Amino acid sequence: MHLMYFTEQPMSAYSEQAGRDFGATALMFSNKHFDPVAGSRLYNNYIEQYMLAEEVGIDGIMLNEHHNAPFCMQAKANIFAAILAGMTKKTKIVLLGNPLPLAENPVRLAEELAMIDMISKGRLVSGFVRGGGQEQLATGVNPAFNRERFEEAHELVVRAWTQTGPFRFEGTHYQHRVVNPWAVPLQKPYPRVWIPGVISKETIIWAAEQRYPYIALNTSIEQTKKIWELYDSVAQRMGYESGPENRGYLIQVHISDSDDKARENAKQFRWMQGEFTGLAHPVWSTPSGYGSPTNRRAFVEFAAGRAINPRGNTTFEQQVEDLRIIYGTPDTVVKKLKLILEQTRPGILALWGNDGRVSQEDSLTCIRLMGQEVFPAIREIAKSLDLKSPFEADAPVHLKYSTDLKPAAKAAAAE
Amino acid sequence: MAGVDWTDSTRDAAGIKLHVSRAGRGRPVVVLHHETGTLDRLPFYDELAQRYDVLVPHHPGYSRSQRPEWMRSVRDIAVLYRGLLSELGLEKAALVGLGFGGWIAAEMASMAPADLSHLVLVGAMGIKPPVGDILDLAITGYLDYARAGFHDQKAFDRVYGAEPSNDQLEMWDVCREMSFRIAWKPYMYSQTLPHLLGAVRAPALLVWGDEDKVVPQSAAKRYAAALTQARLEIVKGCGHCVDMEQPETLAKLVTDFIGRE
Repeated sequence: MHLMYFTEQPMSAYSEQAGRDFGATALMFSNKHFDPVAGSRLYNNYIEQYMLAEEVGIDGIMLNEHHNAPFCMQAKANIFAAILAGMTKKTKIVLLGNPLPLAENPVRLAEELAMIDMISKGRLVSGFVRGGGQEQLATGVNPAFNRERFEEAHELVVRAWTQTGPFRFEGTHYQHRVVNPWAVPLQKPYPRVWIPGVISKETIIWAAEQRYPYIALNTSIEQTKKIWELYDSVAQRMGYESGPENRGYLIQVHISDSDDKARENAKQFRWMQGEFTGLAHPVWSTPSGYGSPTNRRAFVEFAAGRAINPRGNTTFEQQVEDLRIIYGTPDTVVKKLKLILEQTRPGILALWGNDGRVSQEDSLTCIRLMGQEVFPAIREIAKSLDLKSPFEADAPVHLKYSTDLKPAAKAAAAE
Repeated sequence: MAGVDWTDSTRDAAGIKLHVSRAGRGRPVVVLHHETGTLDRLPFYDELAQRYDVLVPHHPGYSRSQRPEWMRSVRDIAVLYRGLLSELGLEKAALVGLGFGGWIAAEMASMAPADLSHLVLVGAMGIKPPVGDILDLAITGYLDYARAGFHDQKAFDRVYGAEPSNDQLEMWDVCREMSFRIAWKPYMYSQTLPHLLGAVRAPALLVWGDEDKVVPQSAAKRYAAALTQARLEIVKGCGHCVDMEQPETLAKLVTDFIGRE
């Protein structure tokens, strides 16, 4: 079992009322509400949190990025990854991930990641995402080619990491006449790639086709099981048996020394007045061409105010009921997490520990209890359930490095 | 309108099925629709078909025409339409471009300046407005965007209904996706087009609604400067979609300009 700490790095000093007045806390919500003095303090708080996570023996620190919104202060995951590469010694640096379609130059992204991998002495896990809809607009990237750019940039990054240069890359969206980066990853064949996601079936299928672990982001137990059903069926088709080493799960968990205090802090998971990304704007969050054509109708009706959000939007109480938010003392939390582990069998587990306006003191307490009490218990449970991480299972980094494929699939993978 | 008999056909063009509606007799007039696609029939089309051989192609990737996955620019549409006119044996057509369609018409004119009788650009995109910006589809809702094309909201209701259907919303999304595919950056204009319009000697009529909230009127001045023979007509109390908001007014302007024979 690989156990991680995650925070969205909330910009908690923004004016909530201003967000309500504007009606959205995304994309066009003015950055005049961003306070760099508070920003400086908060960034340093987050570094302190990560350093404690390492000190209390947490396996991995999960990082992400978003743009033009208060719910997440990281505008470039690689910046924090670089900081942690230099400041920490043991913990894995898990990017979930770099939004590939936003890269205008994937070769430079490959270089940055290679530098992080070398500086950290091989502790990088390089996840990739499509980026949310509004991320495309915030960075001026065409949403209609999001998935094409994702797949093509992935191919270019992996080739830049693995193929001896110089070589030439002539793609549809990326053309590089000389690819020959003098920074290549320490880990061979290349750093592990994990793929997080929520609802896009195409992403689950793509991850399973690559044999990359898929990280389900705070889905309900039922949704999670459906994701694994789909992943497992694709794995079968590709000629391998998927297991816990292919499965990751991120869940909102706040741990405290009292149940009452934990409950108060857990309510902060709803601090953005709705879904975790805040007051979303339906048109900005799903620009045309960004989503799967099968979801077109549902999102269009939602955008016109004629249907509910296809992504769902549930109350705190409902999320607690569905075990999508867990809070309490270490004993309470371990009991509930055990249920999830038994039901969904992940080999990677990330606890999203602190959000919103949880104080730095309470955040540090949460991380300390996570590392010293919750994770040791979870490790024992994982052992008894035989939930192995990709590292423990020594899983291949990509399908093409598999040594256990069924013969028919082997030929296909070699192509 | 009585007496207008439209024929719909599908033609093979550049690997896709292209939908073309056609009616009327006389001089060929090609009407190029907005980035919101087009309804099958509109009063403006009927008015023109009383006097001319009117062709309304549905742009590739819009309305009833298939999407060419390979297409990357608005100029590609213009080339495809040049091919269509050639296939149909139509020479010296008049081009009437509506909004986004105006951009296509201007590109077509720049490509074959001699093969053109008249050029009509109505609230045309395609040129960077010297003052103001073209309204951004990407951050505007489907209904808000479609309604922004009309100064008189009752005129919108007459065309689309007060509550457009979900099918219509979905079609707007399909059209929007195609616009992103070919006109994302720079958004809805070409940096080179203004420099290529100087060879167009055919008379040009520029029409703008004085309440156009989609393409700033300053773009008309840039077009007027780039074209050698251009005249600007402003339609009072009218938004961007002059063809749908004041069809009779626009039909009269176009007819007077092209001629009645």
